[in-house]
Amino acid sequence: MKFKPTLILSAATLALGITSGAQAGTLEDVQKRGSLNCVVSTGVPGFAYTDESGEWHGFDVDFCRATAAAVLGDAKKIKAVTSTGKTRFTLLNSAEGDVLWRNTTITFSRDVGVKLRFHGVNYYDGQGFLVSKDLGVNSAKELDGASVCIQTGTTTELNLADYFFANGMKYEAVPIETNDEGRQNYLAGRCDVYTTDASGLAATRSTFTDPANHIILPEIISKEPLGPATRHGDDQWSDIVTWVYYATVTAEEKGVTQANVDEMKSSKDPEILRLLGVEGNQGEELGLPADWAYQIIKQVGNYGEIFDRNIGPNTPIGLERGLNALWTEGGLQYSPPFR
Amino acid sequence: MNSTPATTAPPVDTSGNVITRLWRHEESRSVIIQIVTMVVLFALLALAARNVAINLEAIGKEFSFDFLWSTAAYDITFSPFIEYTSRDTHMRAMWVGIGNTLLVAVCGIILASILGFLMGVMRLSKNWLVSRIVYCVIEFTRNVPVLLHILLIHGVIVTTLPPPKQAIPLGEHFFISNRGFFVPAPVFEEGFWLVVMAFIAAIVAIVFFKRWAKKVQDATGKIYPVFWISLGLLVGFTGLMFLLTGMPLSWDFPVLKGFNYKGGMALRPEFLALWLALSYYTASFIAEIVRGGIISVSHGQTEAARALGLRQNRVLQLVVVPQALRVIIPPLASQYLNLTKNSSLAIAIGYMDVVATIGGISLMQTGKEMETMSIVIVIYLIFSLTISAIMNWFNRRMKLVAR
Ligand SMILES: N[C@@H](CCC(=O)N[C@@H](CS)C(=O)NCC(=O)O)C(=O)O
Repeated sequence: MKFKPTLILSAATLALGITSGAQAGTLEDVQKRGSLNCVVSTGVPGFAYTDESGEWHGFDVDFCRATAAAVLGDAKKIKAVTSTGKTRFTLLNSAEGDVLWRNTTITFSRDVGVKLRFHGVNYYDGQGFLVSKDLGVNSAKELDGASVCIQTGTTTELNLADYFFANGMKYEAVPIETNDEGRQNYLAGRCDVYTTDASGLAATRSTFTDPANHIILPEIISKEPLGPATRHGDDQWSDIVTWVYYATVTAEEKGVTQANVDEMKSSKDPEILRLLGVEGNQGEELGLPADWAYQIIKQVGNYGEIFDRNIGPNTPIGLERGLNALWTEGGLQYSPPFR
Repeated sequence: MNSTPATTAPPVDTSGNVITRLWRHEESRSVIIQIVTMVVLFALLALAARNVAINLEAIGKEFSFDFLWSTAAYDITFSPFIEYTSRDTHMRAMWVGIGNTLLVAVCGIILASILGFLMGVMRLSKNWLVSRIVYCVIEFTRNVPVLLHILLIHGVIVTTLPPPKQAIPLGEHFFISNRGFFVPAPVFEEGFWLVVMAFIAAIVAIVFFKRWAKKVQDATGKIYPVFWISLGLLVGFTGLMFLLTGMPLSWDFPVLKGFNYKGGMALRPEFLALWLALSYYTASFIAEIVRGGIISVSHGQTEAARALGLRQNRVLQLVVVPQALRVIIPPLASQYLNLTKNSSLAIAIGYMDVVATIGGISLMQTGKEMETMSIVIVIYLIFSLTISAIMNWFNRRMKLVAR
């Protein structure tokens, strides 16, 4: 009877499947596990990438670390679950990941159809086109007949189809799975154009040997509000992710930085005191320690610091704040009050 | 769980209750075990289904195939059989995917069979060098995962060949570039259907001629050069009709326009890489099967046939091949199945097969994992069962003919 142990095993996994698939209690699961599983991309410079020692860095990864700092008190306790454009929501919905920080656009169908919870926009983006200067193209309207590398399973794939259809142009779609594949095919000349979020284009271009020979065309053909996502059915966990992001924005607005966060604990501004857990019981209400936001800023930094460190003007990616400046500086980054 | 013949059955045991008595009896025990296994199996399936239902419910998703009729909104450039735009439905995108899977599977099976038979025969060549080289080729291809072969060919085409503007011309109308091989496309004009009809008529005539020739041979021993007459019929009849209808066929030549070649037909790098890699990978397995099949025909048979005065190729045709085929066909069928299933690796290089379309982009854009994956599984099941059925039929036929 050789099959018996296997049968029992599969029965056990199925039964376990029910427990781990259960929705509430993500916070408890994470705390029991002692580490946070974040769904991130397979690799986009500046947003999510590994260094020589295999450690994860980037804008998205830093937000993952901020979440870990708030929940576990330690920004190092993360595990990156890499995902292509196509696998990311399945990984999240099957509880392989606790939260998704992966340049993911908020759309109606993902919110309502795929049943995700979104928590605000940590990067305002739009879709652009990257071409080699040698092509002599200055506008996306001149791309009729071109071959276009496009990541499958993304919003950008749909925007591309819409844009060419609306402008009565034809193109050869060269579908690719990951950003790295896109880069290789583009550099080898399999496609004339690489299209994705403009931030992703800038990040990808920064890895070329001759970045100056490639331009991003002026047309931005879509709105790509990128933000974190969680599963339906765990409101406490959703609140935590939402306010982790807002904590970084409020900290920047109030001038709380990694360097001065300890001094700020004796600030005269009551909102800063509430944020850092000196006053009030906001941490407790979230189910977290009182110093949850303090840990975020101490260990990872505020929104501006995260931006500048990973993708800002002084990095190889070189993105301006633009729409992502604080609302007080003409941008769209705006946090509801900590009250 | 077949029981052994009851000759050694123990004397009927009357101790204990009914169940223990049934259990001691070998035949009834086997029945009990089978029933229990079935019950457990169905319970597990039910449990899995329940689990899926609970988990879907927990995140508020319903199981429904309605999305198949909504707009797909994504483009598929490679669609040789079906007219498709991003305004069509997911259902149509699925058909495009099915067409592309079938295309690469059928082309792959044909090329793999040809290559496999050639390599298998060459492996038995008396020429030491030839058989050694083929041996090395087979061992290399068989022992490297097919995914690597696919990526390798794709990489070679895309990185070593020039872009369209510097494409390598072969003659006036053939171009080789890293966006594909561009060849003239046939354009069928009015009246071409008559040529097709002539072709079909020629084939029917050949079938009848063959039967007649065999009858004559059985009755009188007179042998007609069946092959040459058949070929003459086919070419002559079809060609005559082609001339009579005023040559209703023209060519659409590829020309460089803007970024790419327009017109003609393109063999794209993705199709080429998948097709070639699947073909030679599977061919290396088929070669070994063919070699085994030929070796399995005992040498005495060949010698006996020669002793009867048959020429070498008649020996092969009448004695060796029919017997070898009996050994070759069953494992060949499983190679065809493997090739078809391996074609799902298309996704690695962006060839839009059924996994990449309905099981990939549609899945992602609609969030219907369970539904799309079930569809893909059913499609592959149908492909596999069809191939099995065809090969079984062929196998039965070979058996009868050889007897
Ligand atoms: N924002 C779009 C596109 C996001 C996307 O997939 N971008 C690419 C290019 S920057 C990427 O992140 N790739 C990461 C990877 O290949 O893992 C979406 O949510 O669908």
